[in-house]
Amino acid sequence: MNFDLDETERALQEGIRELVDGRVTSERIRAAGATGGVDRDLFAELGEAGVFGLRLPEEQGGLGLGFTHAAVVFEQLGRTLVPGPVVATHLSAGVVEGAADGATVVGAVDESTRTIPNVAGLDVLLVTGPEGVRRIDPAAVSGEDAARPLDPVTPIRVVSGFPDGEPLDGLDPGDWHRGSTLLHAALLVGNAAATTDLMVAFAKEREQFGRAIGSFQAVKHLCADALTRAEVARAAVHAAACHLDDPDSDLVESSLATAAVLAAEAAHRNGKTCIQVHGGMGFTWEVDAHLFLKRAQVWIAAMGGTARFEELAAHALVA
Amino acid sequence: MDLRDTPEEAAFRAELRGWLAEVLPTLPPEPDRDDWDGRRTWDTHWQRLLFDAGYAGMDWPKEAGGRGASPAEHLIFLEETEKAGAPYVGTNFVGLLHAGPTINACGTDEQRERHLPKILSGEEVWCQGFSEPGAGSDLASLACKAVRDGDEYVVTGQKIWTSHAQVADWCELLVRTDPDAPKHQGITWLICDMSSPGIEVRPLTTIAGSDEFSEVFFDEVRIPVTNRVGDENDGWRVAMVTFSFERGTAFVSEMIQSRILLSKLAQLAKQLPHGDGTAWDDDGVRRELGHLAAEFDALWSLTKRNVTQAGRDGVPGIGGSVFKLAYSEARHRMGDLAMRLLGDAGLALDDLGDIPGGEHVRGWLHAMSITIAAGTSQIQRNIVGERILGLPKEPKPEGAR
Repeated sequence: MNFDLDETERALQEGIRELVDGRVTSERIRAAGATGGVDRDLFAELGEAGVFGLRLPEEQGGLGLGFTHAAVVFEQLGRTLVPGPVVATHLSAGVVEGAADGATVVGAVDESTRTIPNVAGLDVLLVTGPEGVRRIDPAAVSGEDAARPLDPVTPIRVVSGFPDGEPLDGLDPGDWHRGSTLLHAALLVGNAAATTDLMVAFAKEREQFGRAIGSFQAVKHLCADALTRAEVARAAVHAAACHLDDPDSDLVESSLATAAVLAAEAAHRNGKTCIQVHGGMGFTWEVDAHLFLKRAQVWIAAMGGTARFEELAAHALVA
Repeated sequence: MDLRDTPEEAAFRAELRGWLAEVLPTLPPEPDRDDWDGRRTWDTHWQRLLFDAGYAGMDWPKEAGGRGASPAEHLIFLEETEKAGAPYVGTNFVGLLHAGPTINACGTDEQRERHLPKILSGEEVWCQGFSEPGAGSDLASLACKAVRDGDEYVVTGQKIWTSHAQVADWCELLVRTDPDAPKHQGITWLICDMSSPGIEVRPLTTIAGSDEFSEVFFDEVRIPVTNRVGDENDGWRVAMVTFSFERGTAFVSEMIQSRILLSKLAQLAKQLPHGDGTAWDDDGVRRELGHLAAEFDALWSLTKRNVTQAGRDGVPGIGGSVFKLAYSEARHRMGDLAMRLLGDAGLALDDLGDIPGGEHVRGWLHAMSITIAAGTSQIQRNIVGERILGLPKEPKPEGAR
């Protein structure tokens, strides 16, 4: 057992952090709402850095790495509010042409859903169902766009159904869901860590009653609980990634359920705590706290919510 | 990251499983919960079996007589013994986890030779005299005084929360040797013979009706100066060394127990009437059970993270306080859910009729000790906030030492 980042994972973590630091700025993210919630330049930069082709074999131009590496990378992306369908584009690398280098922006929804995020920014829409994965031209998906999407950089279109599209070989729906759950959970862990960092930085700097508010236990304990939620969720996500990489593991589904439940909870609760610690300013559009919280909801919805994961975990108890 | 056993770890796990399967059926029946003489005999017998098989002091260094196992191997030991239903460390807790490692790190050769073998073999039982009625979370304010008289200390004062004091041979005792020094600089760590004249043990009864811990009164108890571990007035540092032996494994056995208890609660939910069906048929109940299962599962992963970091860095990283906070709160919520489900079947500490609720009621009460013992949740949040997140300390009130 060596349940901590190895050298490759650590190098990836630092590399992605350096790449996004200063590049994925609040201004840039806020501007992406006007372009379907997709920043094509950023997708190309992420593609060049290997974010999407990470798990492709080297002979296909990828890095030949596993889900543990992908989880580390997506956690870093989650810290930044990177807009757009990064998970679907990653999962379709090698199957949808151009996805691996970020030139083709791929979105995905379950066939039961009636809301599609980012549709105006997509090149390809994948619709997943129990039978398989279908490829659809996003321009053929008609519907009404929400006038006021919750996350200002994730436009939402409401549709009544999907065109048939064409079946896409090479993507197993089960594998797709497992990968999607893991990587969204990793994004959510990054999101929960980012709001922890934001609230801690503010609590050190903001003074009331003549001293930093972070010196008051009432505020300090909110921050400690936020870190605790993020760290427990991170361990769960990393464990699920290990199981997903291990062909002999019989804990893949249960570990993914754990990761999904705890990452979603950590992101939601830490986002709200971040707003609370910021006080009145936290309730303003100007401070990023609300963007993280709203994005958490987008990513939780992309996992299909957490109820089915709690059900799965409950049934595993009596199996 | 790799959760799989290395070949060495897998071999150790297999060897241990084989030994447990052989030895556990030979154990005598477990004594009653509050039969302390019986428990001591049972626990020390188990320790002797471990000692003879080479499993005593898994995490102790080899030169101290231990096995010198890696934290990962120690985790496997705790996991396999707990899953096999082997006895817990019980009355050997303080000797094996606190006093022994401390004497090894800070004691004299004579002290090591006198005490370590008898702790490892289960011949002698230790208790801890740290907390006092006036020194709980603020342990360094302890007042139990020791006055030097020739080659002895004369100790007068009171200790509290001393587990297994009624059956202990020795006590690791923190005393105040300099009342005028700043509070952390006037403390000394002593080895106290519990059969010394002037010691009175008065058991306390917990909210679960157990008398596992006691108040201990010291009335001019004479302790040889040769029983001092570390220098005079350097006892706070010695005590901190004690705490630094934690390698992320402190709650492993409890964790595994908690997961078993949660499975039993889910089974119980299938039996408890609820509306037209059972509690299990209620979506909300199932989801709460599932949420708790996810939490314990994640905490098991966090344990592995902490143990890996301890193996690499020698300290469990940021994990200890984070783990204890999350684990103890999850235990509270599991207990609360159990009591809501049980309703009037939760009105006794033992099973009522054919409803096996007793252990859930006892578990609910036990949970309330976990957010208090070994650093309250409030102290843990201060540790996380100040030492990990770097938030400023709350200023000391005027007049504090």
